[in-house]
Amino acid sequence: MLARIQVPSQARRGEVMTIRISIQHAMETGYRLDDFGRAYPKNVIHTLSCHYGGKEVFRAEMGSGIAANPYFEFYVLADQSGELRFEWQDDSGVGGAERATVQVVT
Amino acid sequence: MMNRRTFLSSGFCALPWCTPIAWAQTETKREQLMREVSGGAVVNPGRVIVDTPTLADNGHSIPVRITVESPMTPEDYVQRVTILAERNPRPIVASFMFSPASGRAEVMTRIRLADIQDVVAVAQLANGTYWYGQTKVIVTELACLEEVR
Amino acid sequence: MSIGIWCAVTPWSSHSAESIPPIFSISPPASSTPLAPLGRSGITFASPDIRQLQADNFANPGMLWVTRGETIWRTPSGVKGQACASCHQDAQQSMQGVSARYPRLDTGRGTILNIEGQINRCRQEQQATTPWVYESADLLAMTAYLNYQSRGMPIAVTIDTDNRTQWERGKAIFHRRQGQMNLACVHCHEQLVGRKLLTDTLSEGHGNAYPIYRLEWQTVGSLQRRLRSCFNGVRAAIPDYGAEELLALELYLGWRSSGLTVEAPGVRR
Repeated sequence: MLARIQVPSQARRGEVMTIRISIQHAMETGYRLDDFGRAYPKNVIHTLSCHYGGKEVFRAEMGSGIAANPYFEFYVLADQSGELRFEWQDDSGVGGAERATVQVVT
Repeated sequence: MMNRRTFLSSGFCALPWCTPIAWAQTETKREQLMREVSGGAVVNPGRVIVDTPTLADNGHSIPVRITVESPMTPEDYVQRVTILAERNPRPIVASFMFSPASGRAEVMTRIRLADIQDVVAVAQLANGTYWYGQTKVIVTELACLEEVR
Repeated sequence: MSIGIWCAVTPWSSHSAESIPPIFSISPPASSTPLAPLGRSGITFASPDIRQLQADNFANPGMLWVTRGETIWRTPSGVKGQACASCHQDAQQSMQGVSARYPRLDTGRGTILNIEGQINRCRQEQQATTPWVYESADLLAMTAYLNYQSRGMPIAVTIDTDNRTQWERGKAIFHRRQGQMNLACVHCHEQLVGRKLLTDTLSEGHGNAYPIYRLEWQTVGSLQRRLRSCFNGVRAAIPDYGAEELLALELYLGWRSSGLTVEAPGVRR
């Protein structure tokens, strides 16, 4: 599943980093009908998490109320150099993952 | 036959007696949703800012930024923020989990709204208190809707 | 990528002023360089949210399609195992400004080739594989990726003796009343520009931001998808994707947008 992430490559310890993620997904509501009047089955990304230094620092649990191609902007406190790991999963069991490293200087 | 004029006039006739009932039901729905989120605890107004455009271009994608006033220290931080849109078929839109490692209790995303309505955000703090903020969004309709694929 | 004979024929030359009024008050081109009938890009009619979303290279959802297009560019396809990059190398260099010159006339076949058509021509003739259908994820991604390489560059669709007939055809369609509503493109997109249609502000109808991410579609779509939607809007018979009628209209629109900068991937309501 295609996603784009934006994480600063470098940050000062104690600095609040802006994290952005955008995932290509139709976020099918289950209410949309095809040409024959049959509903496309609901299939949305229900969970997105972000781990930093092994700890979960942000988590989103969502339903069909999040727009197609979900976009999130959130914040993480720069603590130590390391990896930010993003993971998400949809109702059909398909998921994705992305990672980025940040260098924390004092 | 119902034309636009008779429809509008009937709507206006109905308005004075219908409105208070509809209003009361709306309040109940919101209270019920908040109770669901807080597990029965009191949800206080304040501390939560819901920022959206007043006029939304399209109900399919409305930018929402939620900011909660909090020092985000290990003693005093926001644990969870839930977005509610009571007129959506599924009114609980999303929940966001924060921790002191977030540094800031703020999140921005784009949501779907089925109708003109208040977008409500409920914040759960580490001390067990609940706070909410809300903002009204007017979803505008497009002139040229696509019916072909 | 030659466009046949570079002969300076101004589109106005054989038309009397009263037959079709000039679109914008400009003087006719003096040379073969297309003089842009400069107008306002559709984005200038959009809300602050839409303008901000289009301008933000990260938040713009269309960039997901650009990213996907970049991957496809480097991925071998077809029996010969050729990728786009096998011939064209780095798109950032080789494809810069290319989209801005489309649609163009395929002089050999006498047909109009839009960017989608050119991509499929490459797929069939160079990669020896199947063409992509309109609005398929791959074609939209590749179109977005290619047009993105011309972002910020002026559209430069020239009209010469070779493509003149097609241009005339496109122009006629643009000015032709059609459908149950009996409306021509020109009525909304030239005569009523800036006025309101429900909560929409009528734009000049330029295609310089396509493919666009339209909030209504919740996905990226081609210029032809939007044109078909317009035909539907005036309750006219909707031409098939890739129809000559739409290609001629695209050529006319391309010429009409010349001078405006490429904004792909655009964002609209």
